[in-house]
Amino acid sequence: MFSLFLQFLLSGITVGAVYSLVGLGFNIIYNATSIINLAQGEFVVMGGLVMWFFSQSLHMPFFLSVILTILVVGLVGLIMERLTINPLKNADLLLMIMITVAVSIVLRGILMFKFGKDPYNYPPFTTGEPIMIFGAVIQQQVLWVLGITLACIGLIFLFFNKTMLGKAMSACAVNPTAAKLVGINVSRMIMLSFVLSAILGAIGGIAITPISLMEYDKGPALAVKGFCAAIMGGLGNSMGAVIGGFIIGILESLTAGYIHSGFKDAIALIIMLAILFFKPAGLFGSKASLSVRKF
Amino acid sequence: MKVKGKCILKVLVVSLMLFLVAKAGIAKEPYKIGAIFSVTGPASFLGEPEKNTVIMLADQINKAGGINGHPVEVIVEDDKSDEGQAVLAAKKLLDKDKVIAIIGPSITGSSMAVIPIVQGAKTPLVSVAAGAGITTPVNERYWVFKTAQYDVSAVIAIYKYMQKKGIKKVGIITITNAFGDQGRKALLELAPKYGITVVADERYGPKDADMTTQLTKIKAAGAQAVINWSVGPTQVIVTKNWHDLKLGIPLYQSHGWGSKKNLELAGPAAEDVIAPLGRLVVWDKLPDNHPQKSILKKYETDYKERYKTEPGTFGGHAYDAFMLVVDALKHVGPDKQKIRDYIENNIKNWPGISGIYNMSKEDHCGMDDTAFEMTIVKKGDWEILK
Amino acid sequence: MKKHVNYLVFIILIILFPIFITENYTLSIAIFAGINTLLAMGLSLLMGYAGQASLGQAGFYGIGAYISAILAQKFGMPVLLSFCIAALVSALAAILLAIPALRLKGHYLAVATLGFGEIIYILLNELGPGGPSGFGDIPNISFFGYKLTSPREYFYVIWGTVFVLIIFSYNIINSRIGRAMRAIHDTEIGSSAMGIDVAGLKIKAFILSAVYASIAGSFYAHYVTFISPTSFSLFQSILILTMVVIGGASNLWGAVVGAVIITILPELLRKFDELDVLIYGLILIFFLLFLRKGIVPTLTERLKRKGI
Repeated sequence: MFSLFLQFLLSGITVGAVYSLVGLGFNIIYNATSIINLAQGEFVVMGGLVMWFFSQSLHMPFFLSVILTILVVGLVGLIMERLTINPLKNADLLLMIMITVAVSIVLRGILMFKFGKDPYNYPPFTTGEPIMIFGAVIQQQVLWVLGITLACIGLIFLFFNKTMLGKAMSACAVNPTAAKLVGINVSRMIMLSFVLSAILGAIGGIAITPISLMEYDKGPALAVKGFCAAIMGGLGNSMGAVIGGFIIGILESLTAGYIHSGFKDAIALIIMLAILFFKPAGLFGSKASLSVRKF
Repeated sequence: MKVKGKCILKVLVVSLMLFLVAKAGIAKEPYKIGAIFSVTGPASFLGEPEKNTVIMLADQINKAGGINGHPVEVIVEDDKSDEGQAVLAAKKLLDKDKVIAIIGPSITGSSMAVIPIVQGAKTPLVSVAAGAGITTPVNERYWVFKTAQYDVSAVIAIYKYMQKKGIKKVGIITITNAFGDQGRKALLELAPKYGITVVADERYGPKDADMTTQLTKIKAAGAQAVINWSVGPTQVIVTKNWHDLKLGIPLYQSHGWGSKKNLELAGPAAEDVIAPLGRLVVWDKLPDNHPQKSILKKYETDYKERYKTEPGTFGGHAYDAFMLVVDALKHVGPDKQKIRDYIENNIKNWPGISGIYNMSKEDHCGMDDTAFEMTIVKKGDWEILK
Repeated sequence: MKKHVNYLVFIILIILFPIFITENYTLSIAIFAGINTLLAMGLSLLMGYAGQASLGQAGFYGIGAYISAILAQKFGMPVLLSFCIAALVSALAAILLAIPALRLKGHYLAVATLGFGEIIYILLNELGPGGPSGFGDIPNISFFGYKLTSPREYFYVIWGTVFVLIIFSYNIINSRIGRAMRAIHDTEIGSSAMGIDVAGLKIKAFILSAVYASIAGSFYAHYVTFISPTSFSLFQSILILTMVVIGGASNLWGAVVGAVIITILPELLRKFDELDVLIYGLILIFFLLFLRKGIVPTLTERLKRKGI
């Protein structure tokens, strides 16, 4: 009985980790720009596919491939911001949402063109038998995903709270005019937020591909779930997004395990709607923070 | 002298013109065959090999001189895995391109949407989708045929084998799209006929990353075997999860398993996975006198040479559909009614990629569970199970 | 006066189109354009005039299609009646969504509508007849015994409905309710201070958009005669949003233009095979960057500046 529950839990934590990373990515951009980037999922997909390209197609060593992948995807984030976000400086909400959607379509088109529609795979970071814990099985790669996710969270937390650059980025979303007045280069902060978000997504993609494979159109599904995670934790609250991601993953798994696997995808959405309707600031946000935002 | 010169010139010009006219007359009218495939969208794993196959076949036929001298022109439209788009594609092929027959669509939904249109336009349709509703009730499907085995046939093949092995309790795990849904319905409906009880009925989405929860439940419910019904990456994920969990009960896959890519991606986890597959993937294990062997071999070799990847079982459906129409054209020429009649009446023991066809007035699909071979994966390749 | 000229030109175009264009294929494209116009109009009213963003229109579209199809096919209900009941169900769903969504703004509202649309999709996938495979044999539209079969007939009925609804919509926009809605769009607090029932009007705007989408869905189901959940996914919601953005959210005729463009575009891109998704995305970006307000408002502005 317990090992059953544990197995469900572990399955939930595995997928939850990816949702967390996506949610975190959303938050970084949101924190700097008040925009929700609906192309976030594509960064994850690129992480996986580009990593395959460097490590399996070009046969480069593991660490080099990781670094190159991160650089490439970060660059894509940069280009996206410069070409499509920056020109729309004072546009309204609708336009912003639409342009990120359009970018996600273009990215998907490029990925489909270069990689085709097949799924891709590469070996897990460490090979070996799955580990048994109290009767439940956990793949080694899952531990890597968890470890990397937690490390990323830690680094992001440090970045935003302990470094000048991070604090400057937070200032931009709250009040760009005030930020400019104190000498923060808002435009550059926005650019940085996109690069950072892209890198985060890429890391998630690199880590999860050995478990779930990666194809060109996995983006939107990931984006919606990661999105729910960000809302659940309270838009703008990075810790909240991470916890939200894990909660969604675990609840999905438990629903599939104990109730009915057909409806498990609805769980994330229902919870998100419930939060939006009853506590829009999210589980960890506050009402005050809602009114401060531009959108 | 000048008059003679002019005379010679006139003769030359007239000869040249006669020559050109004769040449134009020799170039025969192309036969236009339309095709609707889901080249993009969620069903693109079907549409892409299907499109590649018909283009390759058309080229091969034209290089060999066409059909009775007539070049064949295949016009492929993409329905983007959507019924509304399939309707538009069909109308374009019929109205603008004036095709003599339509091959496809790739999916059941699109096929169903297109049926009233081809019936109204009295044009033969050879679908490559699996749904039973496409060719039944056959008295309402006068113009409609299909070259994909019924999902039911694949299920029957599995259950017949399980009966032989004495398996009485199974757990099924299916994907929540049309492909998985058709399989699930067939699995649930046919189980009692073979003395089998379905003790667990689990589902997962097309983009899910982990199915250990569902597999664990299946084992806990007391299943003696797991049947997975999906195509795409989830087949591989289920296989890997099954392997890691060391469930101890055999894993059966659907006929969508028949792609080398799946074996590559799953690696050693695929060992001992059983599935009913079209003979395309095991042609080299067939006896030399098997009626399908030579076509299977040529198809796979040619496709690999041109597209650098294997065609997979779904490309084979398009192969059969196209060649049926070509065969009809060869024998009766570009007459829609005659083509339809030919396919219905003259296709007997006709070896194709997907199986050996026996079309008739009562059966516009022509295949049953004997189109499949039960296979098992051993050391990264398939072997035929006896 | 100018408005009436618009209407006249429009109705003449509608009447003449199938007389000059008889090819089935082109008529079919026009029919789908009409269905998309209804969808875009609904969203345009909600967003452009009442200022509420929605990423879940496909949900109402799906409800309209499924409910009407089920009632007509499984219960033998006359199609006209099933259209109405489907619209009613859609309206109820809109109320269900609008009431809790009342206090949300901006991104939060957009996300709530997205969640709503996704849940409807999952419900259709799980509980709809045929599940993910969908179902067919949906009867064609029939009026009191007369059955519509040819594309020309469908064209007239659908575009006739578009015409009627445009007039209806403009009447609302120019009425007290419409002015109140536009006031809410500009400033909620201000409107509320003036005594406008903000909550009630927002709900009405949602209901209106849901009913339009439902009618579009019912037309779709009875024309294609086979439906499955894949036509009513998030992608479809985004498509509808695209139509409104391209045509111009603040203008109802913009909805018509946007819908027609979005319907024709894939047909024009057919020959590009697999590059068509990429090209589609690039065209979208182009419009968003350079024709921000949408085609119709941009054109009208340019014409006004030239003194026309």
